[in-house]
Amino acid sequence: MDTVDDLQPRPVEPLVSPRIREEVADLGAPCTHPEVALEKQALEIDGFSLWYGSTQALFDVSMIVPAGKVTALIGPSGCGKSTLIRSVNRLNDLIDGIRISGTMRLNGDSIYAPRVDVIDLRKRMGMVFQKSNPFPMSIYENVIYPLRIDGESRKRVLDETVERSLKSAALWDEVKDRIHGSAYELSGGQQQRLCIARAIAAEPEVLLMDEPCSALDPIATARVEELIFSLRDDYTVLIVTHNMQQAARVSDFTAFMYLGRLVEYGPTKVMFLKPERRQTEDYVTGRFG
Amino acid sequence: MKGARGPGAPVISGPTRAVEQARHAEKPFQNPAGGRPSTDSAAASRYRTGGRNTPLAARGEPFVWLTGAGLVVATLMILALLGLVLVNGGRTFWPRAIAELTLTDGTVLLGEVTRTERYRPTEGDIATLPPAARARLILDDGWSRRRLLRTGNYDLYGEDFRWVNDHSIVSERLPADAWMIERREWGPAIGRPAALTRDESTVASGAAQILEKYGELHALTLTAADRIHHLEKDEIGEINYASEKARLAVRRAAIDHGEGSREHAAAAREAAALEDEFAGRYRSLQEQIATTRQENARYRFVVREAGGRVIPESPGAPDTPMLVSQVVRAYPANALGTGGRLMVYLDRWKEYLTWEPREANTEGGVLPAIFGTFMMTVLMSLAVAPFGIVTALYLREYARQGTLVSAVRIAVNNLAGVPSIVFGVFGLGFFCYALGGSLDAFFYPEKLPAPTFGTGGILWASLTLALLTVPVVIVATEEALAAVPRSLREGSFGCGASRWQTIWRIVLPRATPGIMTGLILAMARGAGEVAPLMLTGVVKLAPELPFDGHFPFFHLERSFMHLGFHIYDVGFQSRNSEAGKPMVFTTTLLLIALIALLNLTAISLRSRLRRRFKSDNF
Repeated sequence: MDTVDDLQPRPVEPLVSPRIREEVADLGAPCTHPEVALEKQALEIDGFSLWYGSTQALFDVSMIVPAGKVTALIGPSGCGKSTLIRSVNRLNDLIDGIRISGTMRLNGDSIYAPRVDVIDLRKRMGMVFQKSNPFPMSIYENVIYPLRIDGESRKRVLDETVERSLKSAALWDEVKDRIHGSAYELSGGQQQRLCIARAIAAEPEVLLMDEPCSALDPIATARVEELIFSLRDDYTVLIVTHNMQQAARVSDFTAFMYLGRLVEYGPTKVMFLKPERRQTEDYVTGRFG
Repeated sequence: MKGARGPGAPVISGPTRAVEQARHAEKPFQNPAGGRPSTDSAAASRYRTGGRNTPLAARGEPFVWLTGAGLVVATLMILALLGLVLVNGGRTFWPRAIAELTLTDGTVLLGEVTRTERYRPTEGDIATLPPAARARLILDDGWSRRRLLRTGNYDLYGEDFRWVNDHSIVSERLPADAWMIERREWGPAIGRPAALTRDESTVASGAAQILEKYGELHALTLTAADRIHHLEKDEIGEINYASEKARLAVRRAAIDHGEGSREHAAAAREAAALEDEFAGRYRSLQEQIATTRQENARYRFVVREAGGRVIPESPGAPDTPMLVSQVVRAYPANALGTGGRLMVYLDRWKEYLTWEPREANTEGGVLPAIFGTFMMTVLMSLAVAPFGIVTALYLREYARQGTLVSAVRIAVNNLAGVPSIVFGVFGLGFFCYALGGSLDAFFYPEKLPAPTFGTGGILWASLTLALLTVPVVIVATEEALAAVPRSLREGSFGCGASRWQTIWRIVLPRATPGIMTGLILAMARGAGEVAPLMLTGVVKLAPELPFDGHFPFFHLERSFMHLGFHIYDVGFQSRNSEAGKPMVFTTTLLLIALIALLNLTAISLRSRLRRRFKSDNF
């Protein structure tokens, strides 16, 4: 059970020797492959840094998330990939003592400008978390939650959304006879797919996934991966993963992060077969991580 | 550890050798397996046979016993308390036998034996005894026995109970023709019925005939008595209520528009017209009551007490036998079989649960107290739930966690430790006098100086108790809110929900069972609290319930009766405390049952809520 302290998460700083730390710091600007620039942009991150109190967690991250593609963020634990993805929909705002610099833009609209309506902004994105987190209500109500909080109450619209979202999340056939039953009666993998259905119910411009398969067994993982693969046509997906094979399987582009910096960013094939930087190569070949 | 003591543990040397070795080493005998010749291997064996070398304290069995014993003691204490209350409270209404005792001085007593105790007569007492009794005393080492006899007939004897020493009794028997007669006034009468009369002529005499005829006549007069009660309480009460309303309307008009204004004159005229009408109705009602009384006065019950005197209608008229309509219940105690006794027992419970109190609360029922307790607990819950939950929501969900919030939290927790009487004083000063006083000045000026809200009442008592129990709700709610996983909140925020939408749609539903637990605890504490109520609205005898047929139906300004206070009042404040004692247990039993009922309702509600979130995997 979560405790009171759990409400305010603190980052864990990875234990890395100062030599490596300096080495990574010396890398300077991320090495971005030219193929990325050819894509249409959905999300643009520019010179983004983030501090938890006095600890800096992200250093000057700049990247472009291409529209209609799956982009994977990989890197060892504590490299800042989750922090980065949670900064995109400003979930980090909920944590006391956060400070940022730099900009982010979602289809041209600034995310961190002072007058931005955060709630409206979050509605334009969907998010899937590490642990499946269905709400304590029926499957039906779970899926339409983003619409409900928007005040949508036309039954026809809601029914259509539920069917469309559950079909997109490859869950419709399994649950169509019990969509008014409790979401907690689903298996772990089904719950995670339900969370994906919920995330895409409001047709978000970007779908953010924070290690969506880390709590799932291999079979459930395979189903969710298939699903992510099929979502690429309709949605822009930014996925954080701990699992390099998963990144290789599902993504079009891969970004490698290390110690709060974006080290290298390019098409997945190139990143895994011919990375430019030594750190990337060491990581994708399993030398550390 | 356990595994090492199993059959697999290597026992290398036999016990004899171990004893030898232990003696040789001049060390206390520890364990046979450890007794190997070489010190080196002995050290090694300590690890292999660790279970036997581990001291008992380290293995922890004594603590299992200790904690288990603690549980057993606690359980036994609770069971003993419940058993005591159940046995004492349950047997109060069981009809007892009536004993007839003839004393050495010739007095004959009839009564129920209510208590027996051993005691040591004083020297002076012993000196007055006849030699035979003195010899018995000496045989018994100076101890004697005495019994408390409930003789009833307070109007004749001036007392209800009398101690009777065993050595002053000549003979003792259980007469079949002795009756226990519970009356509306003067407590019970005990005696031998001689006759039932109508218009001074005997309609029944002799035990069998009286028993047969009594039921019929009693039912007849009971209907009439009920009718009188209805006329006095409801009809005349209605007139009084309307007449008071008219009088207040006149005063209101005088205050609003000025003395002698047109409105004032109109109200006064209307009131005068109504007053005439009321006077007429009042007279006719009084006549009806008088006729019914006269009708009832035709039937009399001639009962002779142990000494042969007739039990009178009232102490002022010693020669007129009592009326049948004065009797609540009468039965020949010693002639009753088990079935008959059970009927009396159940009938007494029914009276207890559904009637109003009589005789300074020692007899009759406790319906107003049950109602008052129930209504006050419900009102308190209605007040404490939103207040506590909203406070906890702010503390947990909105407030920045810092020194100030910690200080508030500590203060709230300390509030739970403040003695309840302090809350009573606060309730009296703030709610009754300050708040109620201003309410009276603004809304009920016509009734002043008689207070409406400016005195103790069920609303103020409920609010005082709500204040008393709010820390419990706040603490429980905060814990329940903290236990809602962060992943759920983030999921909701991630969907674009605002903080309030997240709280309302996700956090609160998830936390509801935990919040309910807090409410149940608060209810249990509040329903059993008495001290603050004594200052804020509980009374010994409330003339009216806080709920009746007059708009607005709930009269929250009225004082009320409460079972907890009733226990105190009956047991320790009444004239006839000996008669009240058994009622203490009965009322306690009832209070426990009522609180248990309220809690069970809340618990079943909670488990229904829990089922909604079953098989959750957090």
